[in-house]
Amino acid sequence: MLKSREQLQALRETLLKAINAEKQRIIVCAGAGCVSKGALKIYKKFGEIMSEKKVNFSLELQKEPHSDGVRLKESGCHGFCEAGPLVRIEPQGWLYVKVKEEDCEEIVEKTVIGGKCVDRLAYSENGVIYREQKEVPFYKSQTRIVLSNCDKIDASSIEEYVALGGYTALEKALFDMTADEIVKEITDSGLRGRGGGGFPAGKKWSQVAAQKCAEKFVVCNGDEGDPGAFMDRSVMEDDPHRMIEGMIIAGIACGASQGYIYVRAEYPKAVARLNLAIKQATELGVMGDDILGSGKSFHLHINKGAGAFVCGEGSALTASIEGKRGMPRTKPPRTVEHGLFDKPTVLNNVETFANVSLIINEGAAKFKAVGTENSSGTKTFALTGNIKNAGLIEVPMGTTLRKVIFDIGGGMRDGKKFKAVQIGGPSGGCLTEEHLDLPLDFDSLKKVGAIIGSGGLVVMDEHTCMVEVARFFMNFTQHESCGKCVPCREGTKRMLAILNRIVEGRGEDGDIEMLEELGKFISDMSLCGLGKTAAGPVLSTIKYFKDEYKAHIYDKHCPANACQKLKTIKIDPELCKGCSKCARHCPVLAISGEIKKTFAIDQSKCIKCGTCLDACPFGAIKESWNG
Amino acid sequence: MQDTIDYSVLDAAIEEFGAKESSLIAVLQRAQEVYRYLPAEIFPYLSAKLGISEAKIYGVATFYENFSLEKKGKYVIKVCDGTACHVRHSVPILEALRKELGLSAEKKTTDDGMFTVETVSCLGACSSAPAVMVNDEIYPTMNPDKAIALVISLQGVKNA
Repeated sequence: MLKSREQLQALRETLLKAINAEKQRIIVCAGAGCVSKGALKIYKKFGEIMSEKKVNFSLELQKEPHSDGVRLKESGCHGFCEAGPLVRIEPQGWLYVKVKEEDCEEIVEKTVIGGKCVDRLAYSENGVIYREQKEVPFYKSQTRIVLSNCDKIDASSIEEYVALGGYTALEKALFDMTADEIVKEITDSGLRGRGGGGFPAGKKWSQVAAQKCAEKFVVCNGDEGDPGAFMDRSVMEDDPHRMIEGMIIAGIACGASQGYIYVRAEYPKAVARLNLAIKQATELGVMGDDILGSGKSFHLHINKGAGAFVCGEGSALTASIEGKRGMPRTKPPRTVEHGLFDKPTVLNNVETFANVSLIINEGAAKFKAVGTENSSGTKTFALTGNIKNAGLIEVPMGTTLRKVIFDIGGGMRDGKKFKAVQIGGPSGGCLTEEHLDLPLDFDSLKKVGAIIGSGGLVVMDEHTCMVEVARFFMNFTQHESCGKCVPCREGTKRMLAILNRIVEGRGEDGDIEMLEELGKFISDMSLCGLGKTAAGPVLSTIKYFKDEYKAHIYDKHCPANACQKLKTIKIDPELCKGCSKCARHCPVLAISGEIKKTFAIDQSKCIKCGTCLDACPFGAIKESWNG
Repeated sequence: MQDTIDYSVLDAAIEEFGAKESSLIAVLQRAQEVYRYLPAEIFPYLSAKLGISEAKIYGVATFYENFSLEKKGKYVIKVCDGTACHVRHSVPILEALRKELGLSAEKKTTDDGMFTVETVSCLGACSSAPAVMVNDEIYPTMNPDKAIALVISLQGVKNA
């Protein structure tokens, strides 16, 4: 165990030498996307082939540097999930995409032994081959700061984190700065909470630091429950020490010696990685009692969530850590005064803590240089949906939606037309074509009725029905409502019932107005953030896509050709041979006709189940949305 | 299938997490891992050990989505219905699985105790949408045919 700052610095120097001595590195992305596409098999295959060909390689960082070694390692998510499995070769920086097990031999022969790039595996677009990762359009427009380690280090190794400058911010916080100076630096940086609210982190820290109470807590919200978001997952799985370092610094600054990480149980790998990271940090001496001989202490615990979206709300989250039902309570008192176990608590999100070491290391001024005036730094986004390059990205605050979707995301999938993007998940809203040049930052989004949220960006094309999307989110929120306050519990139910009617073709005159009225009421009257934002997706889709609502309600027509209950199923007389198979399969006896003559569907009886479509041997039965 | 409850599982969990109220969720999670559901018989036992009323334990057990008071299948198939999966058509996958296994929104587990089919809000595997999780393993870019092939391969494991 390290007892002083000097010992940590000496260790860092040794480790860095060892990394610099590696002749070449084969980095296999082991993020969730690549693993699900077979990355671990590729990693194994590389090892087998290199053993076969007698290449001098190692799987772990070698403490004794030698100059001809090849390092084979798994790293965290590289972000470009769409092109996975990904393999990067360093120091050249070559990126190989969609790598298969069969490609490993060629990579070992040509790249590892021959030193040449395998161009057929490089990313190419419109006939241009991009060998180096940093040249690939997906990466070129990004500023990867918080995620900078994710695609470099082996997250299960604290040595690699330390070698690349890990825990230097902790050193500074322990030995060069007072608690007040740390809080001031965070305040000056303008860092705002990355979990959705955008509350200034420095303000929160100073409020907790000011509390005269012997026992305080630092809590990290890793309950990333927004459907369509996985940024925090990547940080927890791929660079856990960065977040932990931020938490320890928060503890020192605010006078807390105990911390809790609340992680979703749906992220088993994150739980395992965090447990390992805590063990390593304690063994190394950067966490625990008397950290690096400073006399300061900090201990971390992990709590697994049990599947309740509302636990992303501060007071619900602390209730859950206390072993209770995760229900929010009335505020004030706020979490900074009476938080976990009724003690003053700093509660921040994963990405917020991940920014801390950066600010302490580089200073508030440098941090503020990135982003916009009131939203400094970068933001990670999970880019998903009907987009070409789905993945995990990081851009300066204030980057336009157009740049994110078209430059980084590569535009729409299958050449479809852009329709809208849902930002902020079930608490957010949708943005349309008119917002493409809107800068993505806390304040600009608020003005148009959306929120940055935790950073989920779900891109939708012309075949996505916005009424159905609103129904989908309302279904989610209604299900996740904790039931404590009436406006949210009953209001979301009523709104969902109306939306269900509309997408099923039973919408009535006045439904839109009723949705707007209910939405406003729920937003004004609900107890916590979940209820206050529940109507967001409905209200914003009504605002920008009112015509679609009207088409569903008055014309019983879904303009996006998506709502199943609004389609018509017809028999094409040209193709029908009159075999009667469809009529025999129809569960509601809606089809009739004479053998060897054209059959017909009675639309008043048809329940649009589609059984006849599967039954027809001639492909004569067709769906249509045109009445 | 175990019909009598092995309480030593709970004792070990209480030992590990501590006999206090804040350990309740962790203890229930351990119980669910081992028994694959929360048998109602454990509530009075936990109530005595942790000093929490049975009603409160029941409240917690029913509040959180991940706890189940009913037995689950050997393979728990979670069809992700997060936004990204939803817009890439996850619902037909769910319907195909239910049809194949004779299940519905109400009947979630097959009679032979092999499969449970349920939905999950988001697996965080949005880049591999639509995704399906079987126990702890994620299967990417699914479609109804692939999902049925997966079920058949899992049934094969049983028969082999």
